[in-house]
Amino acid sequence: MDFDLMITSFPKLLGATVVTLKLLSASLFFGLFLGLFFAILRLNKNIFINKFAYGYSYIFRGTPLLVQIFIIYFGLGQIEYLRTTFLWVILKEPYWCAIIAFTLNTGAYTSEILRSAFQTIKPGIIEAGKSLGISNKIIFYKIQIPIAIRQSLPAYGNEIILMMKGTSLASTVTLMDLTGVAKYIISTTFKPIEVFIVAGGIYLFMTFIIHNVIKYLEKKYSFQQ
Amino acid sequence: MELLAFGKTGWGDELFYATLMTIAVSITAMLVGFFFALIFTPLKLSKNKALNLVGNFYTTVIRGVPELLVIYLFFFGGSGAIMYVASIFGYYEYIEINAFVTGSMAIGIISGAYSTEVFRGAIQSIDKGQFEAAKVLGINKFGKFYKIILPQMLRLAIPNLSNVWQITLKDTSLISVTGLVEIMRQSYIAAGSTRDPLFFYSFAAVLYLLLTYVSMKLINKLEVRYSRGY
Repeated sequence: MDFDLMITSFPKLLGATVVTLKLLSASLFFGLFLGLFFAILRLNKNIFINKFAYGYSYIFRGTPLLVQIFIIYFGLGQIEYLRTTFLWVILKEPYWCAIIAFTLNTGAYTSEILRSAFQTIKPGIIEAGKSLGISNKIIFYKIQIPIAIRQSLPAYGNEIILMMKGTSLASTVTLMDLTGVAKYIISTTFKPIEVFIVAGGIYLFMTFIIHNVIKYLEKKYSFQQ
Repeated sequence: MELLAFGKTGWGDELFYATLMTIAVSITAMLVGFFFALIFTPLKLSKNKALNLVGNFYTTVIRGVPELLVIYLFFFGGSGAIMYVASIFGYYEYIEINAFVTGSMAIGIISGAYSTEVFRGAIQSIDKGQFEAAKVLGINKFGKFYKIILPQMLRLAIPNLSNVWQITLKDTSLISVTGLVEIMRQSYIAAGSTRDPLFFYSFAAVLYLLLTYVSMKLINKLEVRYSRGY
């Protein structure tokens, strides 16, 4: 065991953790809106809209995240037309490509989580709202969405942890996130176990924090007596 | 379309073999995972606190650390570990482990952590009366597990195991970083030499979709088979 290496690599890995957290928070933020949007489309009775939303979630959940990143980072740059638009400013940056890929990926999983949450809301609650003369729009925003969010908290917590692990793939498109820096240190020192313990420890610590925050939120917003 | 031709001019045959490689690695990893689950599920269910801790340590660490990091640990540390063990037995030559073995071991350990959780959940949701009834009838431990608990557990576990299979199948794409020529690696090579990454990565996505679709259909059949009694 090379404890010196563990101590000297710790600050470097901690610095890289900031990149990981930035990637994670940006993709979760955009992904939540995307997921909500597609969950609402899934509940739509129009078969085309419904199938479109299902197709989106099926494709992004059925292929590895690595393929998605590679298509966006290496693939899209190949389209000549894209290079002339303002989109190119975003797409030539690996950082934004990673965020786009993560957002689309987590959006697909989030849409499934929210859809099942919407579907498990008891019809009685919506009927109660209607009989009180509340408009459909208000029922949706003030009754259905809050209940669906509460209902999906445990599953969404898992999704956050999965996404945190997913951000490690950013290292494959030259980003120096926690895994990227860990790999760099491993390949220069050939001490994989030491680096794994430190980097893995940081990831586990983040998992622990996320897990407990979700647990706290679940308790805070539980409506069962 | 000529890019996908079989033979020397296209990448069709290469991608076909790469797909077979992905399937082979996934199945091997899944089996390695079952082996680990077989060891760690009893530990997690054990009443002994120390054994329990070992079981929980395994599933928590593996499920909380990115797959890529585990793969790097095996890729860079695998042959070192084997050489260390070999040196105890007096063998000092360089040993290189094949990428297939490292890859399926790394993915297998990850898949095992998920399988362990699935088996634990399935066993815990079997009615307590079943265990007690087996005891009352004087069935020995072996018979109790294989003839009573296992068949019931499988029915409960199959839907969740199909999720584990999907995760494992998709995780194998990460082994491409170690140089094993599976779908992702082959697409990378093809994309590099033809300068057409969009086509080849999209094609890789289609191959993965096909694999997940076909395996879902097969697993659904298994599910029907194991719930015959219900």
